[in-house]
Amino acid sequence: MQRLSRRPPSRALERAFRGLCLLAVLLPVALLGVLLFDVIRTGIARIDVEFLTSFPSRRPEEAGILAAAVGSLWLVTLTAAFAVPIGVATAIYLEEYARTGRLAGLIEINISNLAGVPSIIYGLLGLELFVRALALGRSLIAGALTLALLVLPIVIMATREALRSVPASLREAALALGATPWQVVRQVVLPIAVPGVMTGSILAISRAIGEAAPLLVLGALSYVDFLPEGIRSPFSALPIQIFNWTRRPQPGFAVDAAAGIIVLMATLLVLNATAILTRNRMQKRLGR
Amino acid sequence: MPQSTPTAKISVQELSAWYGDKPALTRVSLDFPTREVSAIIGPSGCGKSTLIRCCNRMHELVAGARHRGSIQLDGKDIHASDVDPVLIRRRVGMVFQKPNPFPTMSIRDNVLSGLRLTGIHGDDRDAIVEGALQQAALWTEVKDRLGAPGIALSSGQQQRLCIARALAVEPDVLLMDEPCSALDPIATTRIEDLLANLRERYTIVIVTHNMQQAARVSQQTAFLLNGELVEFTETDALFTQPKDRRTEDYVTGKFG
Repeated sequence: MQRLSRRPPSRALERAFRGLCLLAVLLPVALLGVLLFDVIRTGIARIDVEFLTSFPSRRPEEAGILAAAVGSLWLVTLTAAFAVPIGVATAIYLEEYARTGRLAGLIEINISNLAGVPSIIYGLLGLELFVRALALGRSLIAGALTLALLVLPIVIMATREALRSVPASLREAALALGATPWQVVRQVVLPIAVPGVMTGSILAISRAIGEAAPLLVLGALSYVDFLPEGIRSPFSALPIQIFNWTRRPQPGFAVDAAAGIIVLMATLLVLNATAILTRNRMQKRLGR
Repeated sequence: MPQSTPTAKISVQELSAWYGDKPALTRVSLDFPTREVSAIIGPSGCGKSTLIRCCNRMHELVAGARHRGSIQLDGKDIHASDVDPVLIRRRVGMVFQKPNPFPTMSIRDNVLSGLRLTGIHGDDRDAIVEGALQQAALWTEVKDRLGAPGIALSSGQQQRLCIARALAVEPDVLLMDEPCSALDPIATTRIEDLLANLRERYTIVIVTHNMQQAARVSQQTAFLLNGELVEFTETDALFTQPKDRRTEDYVTGKFG
């Protein structure tokens, strides 16, 4: 008689493998947990209205993150204003118009390469191109343009993913009704893909908000006792402020840095949670 | 060249089609008569879908697809250089295998989507919605919930919604690509009943793998095999006295 199945692997082996996998998950989570716990324990007591609404100071107990937080807000708003429209347009071009062809291939390779370039290189590019060649100076706009380049691949890839998840049958239905390709994209494909585009944009923003290296190269200030007045203003940003505090010898600044990290991380968590919720909504909308 | 008969709505002449190097149709010639139902039958991969997708120029949207030969709609070559494929598709509507209502739109918006998409502004939208849903035999079932999402309907209702959507732009021809293959028998019957009424206003070409369905709904039937037209004649004749041996073998179930 033919055997219906192979002999199952021994229970012990099964259990050992499962344990190993669990360990692989728990180890990084535990490390992260220790780190978080340490930061929160050090910094949580430091967070109050005064910390959030004060400019930096020589005295750690008086220093606050107002300038850095407002700078970050300006920075990511401008970054999104550049990166989202350009990224979405690029993705639409690649997905809906130029699926094949040499130009599309070339652009694709470039985007994948861009996504792999270390962020400090973007800082150097921004310094040469925006700060010097275009004479924008060490300003918000130069920082935002640099960060926009950095997060562009994230927006493009997320948007392409969202466009690709729109079933071909819907495009066909619209085309068969006599719609032009642009009408199909504008009225059928994009409305369905909007949550995916938003997810990508939020992830891009959360990446931009946490970047320090390119802004350091670019010349973001670490001591700013004024709020930006316009896009040409010099600026600071949260990661820069944190980086600066960690380098100070006084122990009080370590507490400030921990508090700054908590603020930054809370912002990131909210952003990422929003991205995940948006994505789930999209999947529901497509009836899956 | 065979002359098209005066009542032909769509006249296909010497049509060959390829996907890349792979031939899908070889020198097919036939006329679909005005305001009648023509069925196209044949085994999977015989070119049934390709044939009707050539009739509204959807075939050319597939990468690498090409064709030779001509198709005339009311005597006008639809592939002529001055013809806009978009305008052809407004006169030649299509219903697909799987119901595909737009998921972000309500029932009402789905019906109006053809007009919205193409920027045509109808005079009386409520009348258009009611008229199209009436013709698709869906009105009584949905008239109290026109604002509900189109994908909330059963799949049989969704398919009738897709028919209503195609009819709302007032085409001359309705191409149906195995419209019942994803539906249960009751939903299938409803669509077949519907065809008998639609025939009074539209020229219908229906692809089906179900021979009983072809026999029930159509006046003409074409039998395709390996991209060639084997026989195209009145439905009764094709099923009772097929002239070609291959047709006889297929309709009696010897292969397929």
